[in-house]
Amino acid sequence: MIKIQKLVKKMGNKMILRNLDLEVKNGETIAVLGPNGAGKSTLLKVIATLYKPTSGKVMIHGIDLNENLNKIREKTGYLPHASLLYEHFSPLENLEFFGKLYGVKDLEKRSKELIKQVGLAFFMNEPVKGFSRGMIQRVAIARAIIHNPLLLLLDEPHTGLDQKAVGILNDVVETNKQKGMTTLMVTHDFKQAATLCDRAIIIQRGIVSDDFPIEVRTEEWLLNKYNEKVGGEN
Amino acid sequence: MSFFKNEEELGLNLNTRTTLVNHIVYGIAFAMILVSAYLIFIYSNIEKTMGAVQKIFYVHVGTAWNALLAFGVVFVCSILYLATKKRIYDVYATVAAEIGVVFIIIVMLTGPIWARSAWNVWWSWEPKLTSALILFFIYIAYTMIRFMDGSWDKKARLCAVFGIIGFIDVPIVYFASEWWGSKFHPTVVGQEGGGLEGNMVFALVFTVFAFSFFLTALIHKGVRIEKARIELQHMKDKIAEKIGR
Amino acid sequence: MSILRNALTIAGKDLRAERKSKQVLPTMLVFAVLVIVVFSFAFDPDKESTKALIPGLIWIVSIFSAILGLNRSFISELKNDNIQGMIIAPVNSISIFLGKFFANFVMILIVQAIAIPMLFLLFDYQFNGSLPWLLLTIFTGTFGFVGIGSFLSAIASNSGISEMLLPLLLFPIATPALIGIVSATKIILRHPDQIEKAYGWLQLVGGYDIIFFGICIVLFDYILEV
Repeated sequence: MIKIQKLVKKMGNKMILRNLDLEVKNGETIAVLGPNGAGKSTLLKVIATLYKPTSGKVMIHGIDLNENLNKIREKTGYLPHASLLYEHFSPLENLEFFGKLYGVKDLEKRSKELIKQVGLAFFMNEPVKGFSRGMIQRVAIARAIIHNPLLLLLDEPHTGLDQKAVGILNDVVETNKQKGMTTLMVTHDFKQAATLCDRAIIIQRGIVSDDFPIEVRTEEWLLNKYNEKVGGEN
Repeated sequence: MSFFKNEEELGLNLNTRTTLVNHIVYGIAFAMILVSAYLIFIYSNIEKTMGAVQKIFYVHVGTAWNALLAFGVVFVCSILYLATKKRIYDVYATVAAEIGVVFIIIVMLTGPIWARSAWNVWWSWEPKLTSALILFFIYIAYTMIRFMDGSWDKKARLCAVFGIIGFIDVPIVYFASEWWGSKFHPTVVGQEGGGLEGNMVFALVFTVFAFSFFLTALIHKGVRIEKARIELQHMKDKIAEKIGR
Repeated sequence: MSILRNALTIAGKDLRAERKSKQVLPTMLVFAVLVIVVFSFAFDPDKESTKALIPGLIWIVSIFSAILGLNRSFISELKNDNIQGMIIAPVNSISIFLGKFFANFVMILIVQAIAIPMLFLLFDYQFNGSLPWLLLTIFTGTFGFVGIGSFLSAIASNSGISEMLLPLLLFPIATPALIGIVSATKIILRHPDQIEKAYGWLQLVGGYDIIFFGICIVLFDYILEV
């Protein structure tokens, strides 16, 4: 699914990713952990094709990043910090706009289905402007999976969400996992990471410093494992 | 030394020591400027109608051509930067644009002084002047992009794009203003204020070349300063990384 | 084909957003009319000599109000990083440029369709030249500076002071188009008998349009890249 070799990304004078290697198999759900500024979001942005790597080899869906970007983009969904939504548009209009760019078939049906799935059927035609953070994030996740991607990239999806929104978000990830979707999730929320993910990688100073399966699905176990590695640095 | 190695990958050799080449370039430029001063003030004839004021013409034309040459360097380096993403081309473009702006300011200052004595007006919407003015504004805009906030690679990209567009615009501006001037303006202006005598032409051509060498020396110096600045920044970053965190 | 289809989707999105928010177009319109009003204070509309200013006035009004719209074009995409949503979609970056261009072009044509007749009205100007020629001129000129303007607005949007930066970038680069288009308009309005000269100017502006539109399409990728 994803194969990264010696990935380097520099932003200005700062070297953010330093010869990072990573391999992800089909259908895995991976938590990307690490201290602030370690390069987690940058890694996600490179995989989402938003950032161009400075050097290194990145293969996604078996396609080289330098080869055919749009082929990769068709099969990748990305949910960053920002919602990427247009404020004056309703959820339906937002989904229809992005769906059109992805060339989704039966767009209206698919959009309405997704909006119902994230529990916003009642607000389908209201402008996003007045929505709470939780509601916006639910529309944003629907946007990210509008085209049924094979790979889903989530950047701290649980931040600032209430219990209900967390539940809905986890449901969406869980359902798509059943369908075989690969998920990469950058997070500081160990509880959600432990419940949703099968594997965790820790990124420190621009490289993968640890990579292990989540054997015990509890917050404490994961936190211990994390502190062992990262220790005082945070 | 991982940072330095990586900089080399980006095509930036941070060796800033003075080499023999530096001395030769500076030496030639210095000598040529001296000789051209001699040619301008002593060797060439004093123009009959305008008198000594005409001598500013040599500096005016010399800087004008080389301002254009500097922006040509910006143009070429911009294309090379976008094609290779090597920082060295951005450094050259930065320096060449800065010097080009200084040169074009000299052009805009000397032009009216000459025009006043040749045409009896400070300013005329003559094609060359109009184009020079627009050129001046284009590279002021270029400099404004340089002053943006953000990382060097973002600025390098945007500047390169604008550097290309700006330079392509110049001949079109010239063509348009020439056409415009000829159709809608009374010709107040005689060409060049009369013919030049032989030794004047020689002085003029020599001055243009002298300024070209001067430009080269300035770019050379500017690039070294810019490299030193980058190296200093790297050292600061490394120290910050060691003690900071 | 998909490039054009996506471009139209993006343009449609922009125009739809404008129809809902009603922020940019009304502002442009009011501004255009205000400029006309200020001009009628500055130059006595009753005087015959003022009529000579009308060709220039058309373009001053167009460009100044266009700058307002162009400024918003890419800034509006930054609020929720919307532009990233378009970049990560399987869309050629040319589509993003074209989409933005179409939307800006339509909005500015709407402003011109209202402001130019109003200009004629307020300055009591009797137009008896060739209307198709005038329309063609307005179309060609607007195409030119909206094309390069959309492009430069993308550059300027990277700056903290983009509203101030855009005019500085746009005016010098658009100079050839402006010279050509004002000259052509002048001929059409004031010397209808010399129409073939206007044709020459239109060719110049048309050439400018093609060259710079081409350059914009080639280079736009570099502006979006991170």
